[in-house]
Amino acid sequence: MDIGIIIESLPRLWEGSLITIRITAVSVVLGFILAIPLSIMRVSNNPFIRLPVYSFNFYFRGTPLLVQIFLIYYGSGQFQEFFVDWGLWRFFREAWFCAILSLTLNTAAYSSEIFRGGIEGVAHGEIEAARACGMSGSLLYRRIIMPAALRIAWPAYTNEVVFLLQASSLVSVITLMDITGVARVIAARSFAFYELFITAAVIYLVLVYGLIFVFRKVENKILEHLNPGALAS
Amino acid sequence: MFDLQGYGLLLLKGGKLTLAVGIGAMIITIFIGLGASLCKLSRIRILQRMAGVYTTVIRGIPELVLILLVYYGAPTLLQDTLKIFNIDIYISINPFIAGTLTIGFIYGAFATEVFRGAFISVPRGQIEAARSCGMGGFLTFRRIILPQMWRFAIPGLGNVWMVLIKATALISVIQLPELMRNADIAARSTRKPFTCYFTASLIYLSITILSLGFQQWAEKRASRGVKRAL
Repeated sequence: MDIGIIIESLPRLWEGSLITIRITAVSVVLGFILAIPLSIMRVSNNPFIRLPVYSFNFYFRGTPLLVQIFLIYYGSGQFQEFFVDWGLWRFFREAWFCAILSLTLNTAAYSSEIFRGGIEGVAHGEIEAARACGMSGSLLYRRIIMPAALRIAWPAYTNEVVFLLQASSLVSVITLMDITGVARVIAARSFAFYELFITAAVIYLVLVYGLIFVFRKVENKILEHLNPGALAS
Repeated sequence: MFDLQGYGLLLLKGGKLTLAVGIGAMIITIFIGLGASLCKLSRIRILQRMAGVYTTVIRGIPELVLILLVYYGAPTLLQDTLKIFNIDIYISINPFIAGTLTIGFIYGAFATEVFRGAFISVPRGQIEAARSCGMGGFLTFRRIILPQMWRFAIPGLGNVWMVLIKATALISVIQLPELMRNADIAARSTRKPFTCYFTASLIYLSITILSLGFQQWAEKRASRGVKRAL
């Protein structure tokens, strides 16, 4: 094992980590913003509202993320004229834009299904009580349903964010220099394959368990009122 | 738009290989999952620890990194180790074997948790009854626990399979001509990348739909003879 090459490549792996974190963070935030209205549409009684979201979710959860990334990054080339006409081509020809777009759509599909489960899990009495207080429509969702639904969905959502962090390694396939991308390039040049991939794996492990730690902290915070220990103290 | 210029057959052939990799990996997944979950439930400390480390580490590393590590890293690691003993050989792994083994090894960690939950769900009375009938440990496991455990394991295993079959797309990175790789080849030669990748995605989607149907059938079959509350 060549320790020298690992130490030598640490600065570049650090830059790669920043790219991984940035791409994941942007996609998580955008995906979350998209998933909230999608999940509300998903539980609608109107099939014209519910079915489009259902199909969107089914497609993005039923196909591999790699296909989705390729569809957007390479597939957009087939409609280049259309995108040029609309002035969107300068975005679609950039790998980082396609990476964030596909990761965002993918996580929006998974998260909105998770939030749907949360919405359906909100206690009936809470909604009835809110209605009895005169709340309806967006006020009911904003004050009662969504806060309760997100609390219920939080542990599952933690898993989804962890998966997205790991899935972001796929952006290396479309030339982005995230942790995996940096490891692949240096490994291919130096033939130090296992040294670099093991180092990359260790970095991901640290990131993943760090992320889980942060999300658990948030979980304890938002579920504090359900924790009997907190009442006693 | 759906003119594949004769590359449709290539995609279907890729789909077949994808299924082969998926099923092969799933078999490995089930065996590893069973073994590791038994280790987790055993009273032997060191086995518990090893299974714990396996599931924690594997679930924290992206599949792509592990596939690259096995396909490119393992042969060089072996060569370097053998060099210490003055054996100089060149090793390369077949991408089918590397891919199937790696995917199976990764999802074994997820199946471990599924099986652990399923084993715990078998009512204790069943085991006690078997013991009082004079069955030993292995016989109880084979005749009583294993058949009843499946009912609890199938929904979880179904989820593992769904994620696993999609993860096989990553093997295209190590040049195995499965569905994704063939879609790539078709996209380059026809210059119609959207059409080719979209067709590939529809093949994945149909595998998903078929799997959902199969899962429902298997769940029904595994819980025949169980009283339903509703």
